[in-house]
Amino acid sequence: MITTDILIIGAGPTGLFTVFEAGLLKLKCHLIDALPQPGGQCSEIYPKKPIYDIPAYPEILAGDLTDKLMEQCKQFEPGFTLGERADTIEKQEDGSFIVTTNKGTKHKAPVVAIAGGLGSFEPRKPLIDNIADYEDKGVEYMIKEPELYRDKKVVIAGGGDSALDWSIFLSDVASEVTLIHRRNEFRGHLDSVEKVQELKSAGKINLITPAEVIGLEGNGKIESVTVKQEAKVFKKECDHFVPLFGLSPKLGPIADWGLEIEKNAIKVNNALDYQTNIPGIFAIGDVNTYPGKLKLILCGFHEATLMCQAAYQIINPGKRYVLKYTTVSGVDGFDGTRKEAPKAVVKAIE
Amino acid sequence: MENQDVNITIIDRDGVTHKIEAPTDMAMNLMEVVRSYELAPEGTIGVCGGMAMCASCQCYVLSDTELPEMQDDEEAMLSEAFYVKDNSRLGCQIPITPELEGLEVELAPES
Repeated sequence: MITTDILIIGAGPTGLFTVFEAGLLKLKCHLIDALPQPGGQCSEIYPKKPIYDIPAYPEILAGDLTDKLMEQCKQFEPGFTLGERADTIEKQEDGSFIVTTNKGTKHKAPVVAIAGGLGSFEPRKPLIDNIADYEDKGVEYMIKEPELYRDKKVVIAGGGDSALDWSIFLSDVASEVTLIHRRNEFRGHLDSVEKVQELKSAGKINLITPAEVIGLEGNGKIESVTVKQEAKVFKKECDHFVPLFGLSPKLGPIADWGLEIEKNAIKVNNALDYQTNIPGIFAIGDVNTYPGKLKLILCGFHEATLMCQAAYQIINPGKRYVLKYTTVSGVDGFDGTRKEAPKAVVKAIE
Repeated sequence: MENQDVNITIIDRDGVTHKIEAPTDMAMNLMEVVRSYELAPEGTIGVCGGMAMCASCQCYVLSDTELPEMQDDEEAMLSEAFYVKDNSRLGCQIPITPELEGLEVELAPES
């Protein structure tokens, strides 16, 4: 069981900044995120796009913002459970919460801060009638263990980076890799497109374009896919079908936690501390809603800061504290580091 | 001052027709107009913020209104999206301009 002071669900900008603000109050944080890396949308959807409305940064790439936030909170030694989705929450008799992920990892904390943005990123599933029948029986929407494909016939569908990258990777592992895309053009890094071109010429990747998988067949597990290439329809034998059509955010299991939901977001008390209808559970950043809500990173930072003050009161009832300024007090990391402003020089002028 | 609004007809995902006025001077796009009139629930449209990266604002163009030509990123996104038809466009890639007067679109299903 992982224990912490504030359990943060979502490792996007708001979640990461919470670690810093909580650290100033001597509170430890642990973050859970369905994505394999921190940064949320900033690192998953648009790492190379500039953001222009972060105060004091006239321009910063979303990926760089993530790096800076990681650097800023590093001294407070946040824990991470990445690549796992927070699925269930149980309130304990002592008022704390146990949050369990889809992989069974358990976390215990007196305060839970949901900073889940638009939700956890789930793979977008193609509209093939019987696809659900073959899930985990040859159909996988994400490649988690490449070894699963060793010496197997794999059909990958999609036209973006992940379809290209996995086709390249599996061309060395699988006995046969077929990449199917609706268009002749691919949207990805130039290197990846060129590499696939090379592997196609070398006969290591079968490329079928412009085409679409429209059906799946097999007895208990997938044995072939039906491919429609312009007017032609044919079957392609395979052991695995991996559709890679990107990820789309879904509020997911959090919607069943008994929280008040409005407009696909969690209602909070914005007059005070962004607490939800369940005491001890807060919602901050894009995942919450209140009158006048704006989904901006800078608003998430503000909400995280106020939330931490309320978390302090829950964790340290009755213990006095006043807001301190980092320029005056410095920053004491949990890792033993200390940052502080240099003292003014006091010296007589003779 | 001259009225800078254009009249647009939007059929929402429940099949309800909305005749709305959209400002041409606020640098808005069609996806944002749908959100401003709350014609689709928040979180189901404009998910990526308008970067042609999610296709949640896909719509079918029903009128023969002349629209700005499709750029590579929009075309690439539509080639990976679901429920795509010949008249599919991404709302976020259609800026609201006076040329849009009389435009009629239907929102594609959520996917």
